[in-house]
Amino acid sequence: MISRLTDALDFHAQALSLRGERQRIIASNIANADTPGYQARDFDFATALRQATGHATGSAAGLAGDSIGNNIAGNVMNPGGASGRLQPTLRYAVPAQTNLDSNSVDMDRERAAFADNAVKYESTLRFINGSVRTMLDSMKSHTQG
Amino acid sequence: MSMLRIFDVAGSAVSAQSQRLNVVASNLANADTVAGPDGNAYKARQVVFQTQLMGMAGVMGKSSDASAGVRVSTITENETPGRRVHDPKHPSADAEGYVTFSNVNPVEEMVNMISASRSYQNNIEVMNTARSLLLKTLQVGQ
Repeated sequence: MISRLTDALDFHAQALSLRGERQRIIASNIANADTPGYQARDFDFATALRQATGHATGSAAGLAGDSIGNNIAGNVMNPGGASGRLQPTLRYAVPAQTNLDSNSVDMDRERAAFADNAVKYESTLRFINGSVRTMLDSMKSHTQG
Repeated sequence: MSMLRIFDVAGSAVSAQSQRLNVVASNLANADTVAGPDGNAYKARQVVFQTQLMGMAGVMGKSSDASAGVRVSTITENETPGRRVHDPKHPSADAEGYVTFSNVNPVEEMVNMISASRSYQNNIEVMNTARSLLLKTLQVGQ
């Protein structure tokens, strides 16, 4: 019964968790901006969210791919998700400009992705807050009306 | 809580960059050091960064976590010979009248310093953003 109440939040909860994951990966890229041989990584948010929500939810359909899309090449990494945690498939970025130390972090792109992801994390939080408030209001109105 | 690991990652980067800044400071301080009686002048140092996986060991020993911090693996010394200046009156001049200075290139060091401080700032910004996002997450439903 309780799950009926929280089901509405499930989609946004998954999205929030993935946003957190992406934020962490971009933070790793920024941290390794000067490490020789480091390859920048990222994941496609839309695909990951579709996988996480089991592509059943209608709200996932209107999702636009917002990650670095065509800059991503291979499909390596990830030996299967551990302990039921969200494990998006990480991909390696193709550098826009090659570097002598074979580091593929593009600082401009990473900073843009970081800012973009931060804003979207916050908007997901607002969606959750909105849903919670709607739910609380609908419970209240009965007793007060 | 994957977001909390951002502080580990950015923190390791900040500490590595500050170590780099420290090495640059030593180099610049010794830019005009001359060789002592042993003939060996100060050698410019350089840090070498290395990725440090910060996740828990996952399936089959592979790290299941994508967090990649940084650490300073080694500090290398520049082995190019130092600048030699003919100055027979200098107290540190050798038998031929040459003084050997350290091999620090101040221009390179300044560029290195700017790069290190920019990276430092970037990582601080990452931490600030993560902090404000986490604080807002704590207020969900209030």
